[in-house]
Amino acid sequence: MIEVLNLYKSFENKTVLTDVSTVFEKGKTNLIIGRSGSGKTVLMKNLIGLMTPTSGEILYDRRSFSKMKKPELKNLRREMGMLFQGSALFDSMTVLDNVMFPLTMFTRDSYKERVNRAKFCLERVNLNDADDLYPAEISGGMMKRVAIARAIALNPDYLFCDEPNSGLDPKTAMLIDELVHDITKEYNMTTVINTHDMNSVMNIGEKIIFISGGRKAWEGTSAEIMSSTNKELNDFVFASDFFRRMKE
Amino acid sequence: MLKALHNFGEYVLLMQRTFSVPERFGVFFRQMLQEIYKLGVDSLWIVIFISLFIGAVLTVQVGLNITSPLIPDFTVGYITREVVLLEFSSTIMCLILAGKVGSNIASELGTMRVTEQIDALEIMGVNSANYLILPKIAGFVLFIPVLVIISMFFGIGGGYLMAYLSSMITVAKYEFGIMFWFSPFNITYSVIKSMVFAFIIASVASYYGYNVRGGALQVGKASTNSVVMSSVLILAFDLIITNLMLGR
Ligand SMILES: Nc1ncnc2c1ncn2[C@@H]1O[C@H](COP(=O)(O)OP(=O)(O)OP(=O)(O)O)[C@@H](O)[C@H]1O
Ligand SMILES: [Mg+2]
Repeated sequence: MIEVLNLYKSFENKTVLTDVSTVFEKGKTNLIIGRSGSGKTVLMKNLIGLMTPTSGEILYDRRSFSKMKKPELKNLRREMGMLFQGSALFDSMTVLDNVMFPLTMFTRDSYKERVNRAKFCLERVNLNDADDLYPAEISGGMMKRVAIARAIALNPDYLFCDEPNSGLDPKTAMLIDELVHDITKEYNMTTVINTHDMNSVMNIGEKIIFISGGRKAWEGTSAEIMSSTNKELNDFVFASDFFRRMKE
Repeated sequence: MLKALHNFGEYVLLMQRTFSVPERFGVFFRQMLQEIYKLGVDSLWIVIFISLFIGAVLTVQVGLNITSPLIPDFTVGYITREVVLLEFSSTIMCLILAGKVGSNIASELGTMRVTEQIDALEIMGVNSANYLILPKIAGFVLFIPVLVIISMFFGIGGGYLMAYLSSMITVAKYEFGIMFWFSPFNITYSVIKSMVFAFIIASVASYYGYNVRGGALQVGKASTNSVVMSSVLILAFDLIITNLMLGR
């Protein structure tokens, strides 16, 4: 569980996040949704520590992120996995080496154990015969899978995904969504996903927070989102004809 | 001016993060060997090629310009040796390598930055500066003496070849010239100088690459900037080191 308390973030006199408080629950896929430029990525970067909040607190299972000392922070980092928007695979390494990388850096396992674990993770994301290929040689959807395998290699408690299905066709996007959802259940992780894809919202939105203009404008579940009376949220959700027709 | 100070401060901070004990010595060592191969061994052919030709041209130029009967013929060998040992094989060679190695480092790190690979390392809890930059600096600084000695050998060899092929000067006189008043300290001086230059090239390029913001265009810019900046610094330090080591 990750708690966010009164989070503010500004850049040189420009405020991007204003008083955001929420809870990301364990064993669920928590979605952050909102229009482009609303501050989703900034929120996620604050969560994972790539940016420092201007004020406010972030608690990882009651442990305050800002008050952590270096060794604690290092331990926490090992409990975190992240799926970047562009996958962020290491270009100079093969698929297998990419997945093995966190294991090599942070475990004392033997080479054989690391290979086995990496292969297990790759199988989990249904990627069996790409071990020796380089990131430049595989498709975008496959890259996402490898990135997921790398993110779960160390059995994280927290998984972060920045727009996991951007740049993918609807079918592949759905498969990736479901994969993230299943893995969340399987390992009882706290998963936070950044998205503006309404399909994801409906498929895997167990807990949704809607950000508008840097404020939390709404939160609830995918069941509640259709019946919400929040004007901003409705503007966002029913921007597409399909969902508007669905509501009617 | 203020910006230059700011950049310098950033550079110092980056070096501070770079020079810490590697997480995994095995990994560090393997990385360093790779860098030696990529930055050093891959530069061998260009070093040999340029040295051979400049050595030959130097001999011709000096030979053509010494017309006075008062100056002995072996001066041609003597001057070729001095120029090659003192300046060419260290300073000029490093200026050339600043282009090749510097842009290579800056574009590699810049690409890793814009594709979020550096963020991915940070999220995992890896000290990305230490992991990525230290092997490059260490590898290049360790290998540059080899390049310099090879360049000296081929530079003087180029002149030798010219003496052999042309009728301007006899091989015997050239040989006498290159051994005339020989001080081994000049080689030490050149090697030390080149190690400083190698540090400048690798660290400045790393700084520019590591701090890229934006996209592919900025990566190109960073690589150009790093070449310009390290060239200027090499020339400045050439003057300083020469005054310190040879001046009186
Ligand atoms: N490093 C930064 N410095 C200054 N402003 C920033 C910085 N990063 C983001 N911003 C600003 O914060 C606002 C929110 O950006 P953010 O990237 O969080 O949007 P987003 O909701 O993720 O949008 P998208 O869906 O397009 O990814 C934008 O107006 C952006 O200009
Ligand atoms: Mg974003």
